[in-house]
Amino acid sequence: MSTSTTASLAPRPGFLARRRRSYYFFVVPALVVVGAVIVFPWLFTIWMSAFDWTIGSAAHYVGLDNYTQLITNQRFLESIVHTFYFTLLAVVAPLILGTVAALIFHREFPSRGLLRAVFTMPMMATPVAVALVWTMMFHPQQGVLNYLLSLVGLPPSLWVYSPTLVIPSLVLVEVWHWAPLVMLIVLGGLAALPTEPYESARLDGASEWQLFRYITLPLVAPFLVVAAVIRTIDAVKAFDTIYVISQGGPGTASETINLYLYLQAFAFYNVGKASAVVVLFFAIILALALVLLHVRERAKWT
Amino acid sequence: MTSIALPQSALAGRARIRRKLRKIGFALSVVVIVSPAILVFLWMLSLSLKNEIDNLTYPPVFVPSPPTLANFIQVFSENAMGLYFWNSIIVSGLATLIALAVGIPAGYGIARAQAQKLTVLILIARMTPALSYLIPLFTVFQFFGLNNTLTALVITHLVITVPIIVYVMAGHFETLPKELEEAAQIDGASVWTVFRYVAMPLARPGIIVGTILAFIFSWNNFVFGAVLAGRATRTLPAAVYNVLTFEQLAWGPLAAAAIVVTLPVLLLTIFIQKEIVVGLTHGGVKGG
Repeated sequence: MSTSTTASLAPRPGFLARRRRSYYFFVVPALVVVGAVIVFPWLFTIWMSAFDWTIGSAAHYVGLDNYTQLITNQRFLESIVHTFYFTLLAVVAPLILGTVAALIFHREFPSRGLLRAVFTMPMMATPVAVALVWTMMFHPQQGVLNYLLSLVGLPPSLWVYSPTLVIPSLVLVEVWHWAPLVMLIVLGGLAALPTEPYESARLDGASEWQLFRYITLPLVAPFLVVAAVIRTIDAVKAFDTIYVISQGGPGTASETINLYLYLQAFAFYNVGKASAVVVLFFAIILALALVLLHVRERAKWT
Repeated sequence: MTSIALPQSALAGRARIRRKLRKIGFALSVVVIVSPAILVFLWMLSLSLKNEIDNLTYPPVFVPSPPTLANFIQVFSENAMGLYFWNSIIVSGLATLIALAVGIPAGYGIARAQAQKLTVLILIARMTPALSYLIPLFTVFQFFGLNNTLTALVITHLVITVPIIVYVMAGHFETLPKELEEAAQIDGASVWTVFRYVAMPLARPGIIVGTILAFIFSWNNFVFGAVLAGRATRTLPAAVYNVLTFEQLAWGPLAAAAIVVTLPVLLLTIFIQKEIVVGLTHGGVKGG
């Protein structure tokens, strides 16, 4: 978002301030709505997290007990590990694939526009609907994926029914959904590249790989960081895909923080404990985002 | 550079072959990168047009022969798909309309008062898991007896639609030239008149993009409907998950329902190809 230029008419002092104040009235209705459905839930969550409160029964104050219980809870700690594992894969894989796709779509070729539109379709498709189709594709006996494996001579896989493969399989769906977003972001970066460095490097006999590694990559790095930040925030919060395809199973093998949160809140209606999970969860997301933004600042200077 | 001793014609021939190979390799990479996207949708279509016997045979049947619309008919006649479709339109439509009513002026105010700090709020909202809004709102709705109503769903979907509209509109109003507005103001128009009759007509493209994005994100949301809706008030994604997976395990109707949910979104996407990125990166709350 660019900051707009100063008014060209250079009005009298005080006039501008008065006008700015009248603009604030435009924001009031939205602030009321945002206050009610966004800010109020934040504050109410923090308040609820200090209570032992199950919906339907009386709440009583327990201070920080919910938090101390959580950080010693094996299942919660495991869910954090699952979340980090899932996030790492679901950030790195789409970044690599998305960048490759961006390099491909940056070139001119017949029906490029159409193919790019096709490639970006998964991004907007309703996650639940697509997750159901993937569930059928993952089916170990009748699923089409195992048939495809058999075509290239590979043994069938258990996919989401195997405790070790479930997270990578879910990441496969995530990559399918979100590599296009990375592609579009990086493509925006590629479009802004200057041509001169390439010309002089070619004259010096640089190979295609060298051009990519020493010119393209550093120049699109800021865009990759943006993509990484967004991907991280979304991957940490991933819910629909996991909930529909594996429900956190088999056992708790793919139970991420968000799945654990859902269980506490809407299976056990333990809203006090769930609120404490939310607070810790948000702290984790914020910490990750800050780390990545720090990386971004560093990337700007080198 | 070992080919330096070869005669000129052979060199040119080899270069031509290499160029051709490179072209084929590039075409292959395009196919590899695009095919997963299209194949999943085609498989979805194939499942929805086949009868249950063909859907469960192994090796799988790819092309439905003959294609049947039985799955679609079943989904609408036995599972009240029409009702859920209508619920989704009401919830996403109303949530988008309310968001437009408060979000367009807000975007204008933020752009003209240069109050970009307000958009930080939207950024934090973007980072918060959607489930965390749901717990407090669910508790409050429970208190007021609003759970299982469309009203509760519309209110909750504002969490998705308002930030998108405000963000898109603030960005759009900033790109508009101020000269026209200033001219109107000098002619004695009030701030509201300037907004209503000068700025808003100019911002129509932004309004269209914001509307479509807000509607899509609201339409795609699953978890709000899954938690807050009752049997008769489910939105489409929640209905597809709850009704079809638990009450029947047939693949054909499931794929047909998945198409009914996704198709409107894919059609809307065509109109805003280029602006999608903005919505996805800075827009509203999505996912869980």
